[in-house]
Amino acid sequence: MTTTASPTADATRIELRAAANRVRSRHARLLVAPALFFSIALTQIPFLVTIYFSTLRWNQLRPAEIEFIGLDNYAVVFTGPDFLPSLWATVLITGTSVIMSLVLGMLFAVLLDRRFLGRGLARTLMITPFLVMPAAAALIWKWSMLDVNVGMVNVALDAVGLPAIAWNTDLPIATIIILLTWQYTPFMMLILLAGLQSQNREVIEAASVDGAGPWRTFRYMTLPHLRQYMEIGVLLGSIMMLQAFDPIAIMTKGTGGTKTLAYLLYERAFIGLDVGEAAAFGVVTVVVTIVVATIALRSLFSVFVKGGER
Amino acid sequence: MLTSSRSLAAGAGLVITALALAGCAGAGGDQPAGGDVTLTLATVNNPQMKDMEELKGEFEKDNPGITVNFVQMEEGDLRAAVTADVASGAGQYDIVTVGAYEVPQWGAQGWLTDLTDVLADDAEYDVDDILPPVRAALSVDGRQYAVPFYGESSILMYNKELFDEAGLEMPNEPTWQEVAEFAAALKTDDRAGICLRGKPGWGDLFAPLTTVVQTFGGNWYDSDWNAQVDSPEFTEAVQFYVDLLAESGQADPVSFSFTECLNALSSGKAAMWYDASVAASILEDPSSSEVAGKMGYAHAPVYKTEESGWLWSWNLAVPQTTKNADAAIAFVKWATSKEYHQLVGETLGWTRVPPGARTSTYEIPEYKEAAAAFAPITLEVMNAVNPEQPGVDPQPWVGIQYVPIPEFQDVGNQVAQLVADAIAGRSTVEDALAAGQKIAQAAGEKQQ
Amino acid sequence: MRRLRNVIITTATWVLVLLFFFPIAWMIVTSFKSEVDAAAIPPRFDAAFTLEQYAAVFDRGMTPYLVNSLMASLGSTALVLVLAVPAAYALSIRPIRRVRDVLFFFISTRFLPVAASILPVFFILKSLGALDNITALGLLYAVMNLPIAVWMMRSFFSEVPLEIVEAGQIDGAGLRTELLRIVLPIVLPGVAAVALICFIFSWNEYFLATILTTFEARTTPPFLASFVDGRGQFLAVLSAASTLAVLPVITAGWIAQKQLVRGLAMGAVK
Repeated sequence: MTTTASPTADATRIELRAAANRVRSRHARLLVAPALFFSIALTQIPFLVTIYFSTLRWNQLRPAEIEFIGLDNYAVVFTGPDFLPSLWATVLITGTSVIMSLVLGMLFAVLLDRRFLGRGLARTLMITPFLVMPAAAALIWKWSMLDVNVGMVNVALDAVGLPAIAWNTDLPIATIIILLTWQYTPFMMLILLAGLQSQNREVIEAASVDGAGPWRTFRYMTLPHLRQYMEIGVLLGSIMMLQAFDPIAIMTKGTGGTKTLAYLLYERAFIGLDVGEAAAFGVVTVVVTIVVATIALRSLFSVFVKGGER
Repeated sequence: MLTSSRSLAAGAGLVITALALAGCAGAGGDQPAGGDVTLTLATVNNPQMKDMEELKGEFEKDNPGITVNFVQMEEGDLRAAVTADVASGAGQYDIVTVGAYEVPQWGAQGWLTDLTDVLADDAEYDVDDILPPVRAALSVDGRQYAVPFYGESSILMYNKELFDEAGLEMPNEPTWQEVAEFAAALKTDDRAGICLRGKPGWGDLFAPLTTVVQTFGGNWYDSDWNAQVDSPEFTEAVQFYVDLLAESGQADPVSFSFTECLNALSSGKAAMWYDASVAASILEDPSSSEVAGKMGYAHAPVYKTEESGWLWSWNLAVPQTTKNADAAIAFVKWATSKEYHQLVGETLGWTRVPPGARTSTYEIPEYKEAAAAFAPITLEVMNAVNPEQPGVDPQPWVGIQYVPIPEFQDVGNQVAQLVADAIAGRSTVEDALAAGQKIAQAAGEKQQ
Repeated sequence: MRRLRNVIITTATWVLVLLFFFPIAWMIVTSFKSEVDAAAIPPRFDAAFTLEQYAAVFDRGMTPYLVNSLMASLGSTALVLVLAVPAAYALSIRPIRRVRDVLFFFISTRFLPVAASILPVFFILKSLGALDNITALGLLYAVMNLPIAVWMMRSFFSEVPLEIVEAGQIDGAGLRTELLRIVLPIVLPGVAAVALICFIFSWNEYFLATILTTFEARTTPPFLASFVDGRGQFLAVLSAASTLAVLPVITAGWIAQKQLVRGLAMGAVK
């Protein structure tokens, strides 16, 4: 752009910008408002109702005994044996799955960003694990892949002379992580691929002309550029994998350290039929997530560190 | 603030309008038009129910103006969806499929239409034909709130060919100790001696396991609702089950429930299987089983009791909230009638007649012939079990492999998860049951 | 040398992709087997080809569920785009105070696990008479996907150089022109990726659909799950139903990935 402008022209520009900014921030509010109010109306009303439910003694099968019990449900959450192990299971399973799917997603994004024979087809095939309904995917993994008798993984192990693995019995946590990683790697790949596509090709080409090797180019140019896409991937991936429910319900049923908060909540609400306790677990989950997310976002995420200004 | 109050009002208005429009559309959707009635039926997706959907056209043909829509769900989803609907009085379903566990509870709440008089008044329906133990499990204070669509007990199924090869003979009423010896003798590297459910869930692992506990002299609660989960008898039974699985059971036990064991048996990968009696009809179907004609059936193994089979039925009930009670009752009666059993037999095949509901089914010549391998023992066991006192000691509830209190499915699930950890070797049976005792005790105290 | 390396990398890429795709491929193979062959131990590679599972799915009448799913997914995705594009644009390009708070609010609406919010939602919809209603379901899907869309699109919008926007403003472009004519074309690939992801999440959403709909508004996922037979073999028919359910999304994925291939059109604007 203009690097040799005169001082007076600069001053005019600054003034113009300030005036424009005022108009633009008014416009900006107008642009954000619909999404914000839609979101507030459809999420905060149910959330308020959830908070209200969390103060009730309410078993679905004992409708005559619904009563206000204050914070008793929260006492159950914090004094009962379920919460801390469940929190740990959630952190372990979500954290590992997010990291693994991010690493694999990056690998595939880089590989599929190259020009090669059948790239479009390869990309479409890679997206498919993400397209299958999670419950169906979990069932197919349980039966076709990991089953001790007919699963292809065990057939493959057998073919190379290794004993079959009793996945759900002996390796429940790994089983869930494998499934989540398989399902969410395409999601990470999609985001990172879009990020790679937005990279300025000329700069990369200039770098390679300057003699930078592919690894150096990737490390010092591509990776920094992808940072905010990785952040988005980690953030959204975490949010979604935190809620992962189907693999646990279908494969391990919460045994062996796989009872995540999402599954625990389901149990409270639909097996325990305890509306009040489920709501209390839900509210506590929100609070914990807000605390963790605030710390993580403010300290690690460039979007927040920079304050979102440009 | 980020935005003016005017846009706030506009945004909120937009959402409320959208919801209101959605509401109108919803209310208009299921209004019967011109006297026609549309019934919505929620059901579990077991094969017998799929047959019912296939045949519902016959009912619709005989009852012009009534349409029946089937909503099939997996068992857990059915419980979640129907409980939320019925408990809240949302009234979306005109007919619901309810397990034997829920019927007495929902009946006592007044959520289900009392069918006692409607059924008794219809001589042709012959309500006394329903198997007495099943009917007892569906009644509260003599009032019947549901009718069984099909029922089952649990039996021991074994591969006669393998028994003959090994020179073993299965008695008609085996003990668990005998079964353990057979299992050990028949176990090979690529074949389980016995297949048993290990998938954690009150309706999975704890269906067979509760019957083992009861025949070992234990139970969930004593007659004063004190939890008995850490009692010596309960512990001995669970330890026996865990050891049996470890020594002669299938690999990866925590993955296994009904369907998994069915596949193992059908492919000859297990020599014995203790599970629901309805499995026999599938094992005897040559189109889906390699062991058809090679199977033998015996009573549930026992230890300290005479009989140890469970008792389960999937039942049709009419929620109080339905606006189409008459049509709904008409369909329920049709689907559980003698004529329906004839219809299934003639159109779909006699082995597909819903078992374990009516005595007269077992007198149909074609059924007796087609189901000769398993029909006699099913009827025998179902009439022999005692849901009022299945174990050694009296119990303050009616039901065998479940306790019909709201908290039980939660208690059963959580203890099953703990036992699964013991099966996997991550904890001991004692530790698992000590933790389970606390969970069960908290639930029992609500009954005291 | 360079060519050899290219061939090796391409081969490795394909091996990895096929490995990842294998469970899906096996699902498709299974869908053409009979239930007995699908459950056979050990697995059969020479099973007879049959279309009976597809016939079984169509016999049960999959079409109304597909239509409901399409309505909920397309409707919610459209609504999400209409709401998220301006919001993300404002949050990235235009100066606005409390950007962080707004972004944080959006993402925080996803913190409450569905299992906790579903009963409150059930009771609210019941009191509005909006149970078993595809519009209500679509609105819920929209609000579920909105945070994802806002966050993703904000990243794409922040790639657009401010100079381009300013150049447009100096040329006298209005707000609408600025957004629709200048900025949107640049970020179109990103919008395609976002739309695809929102569509997939709505298409596959299972829990809300199971609890909040019964018959009229029932979508494909609960219908799919109804093939999971608690008392018999179901793998082949479930595979067939899943394969059918995946086809529309694969089509959408194909279209979206074409958009992705184009790349952000920075060069063209410069």
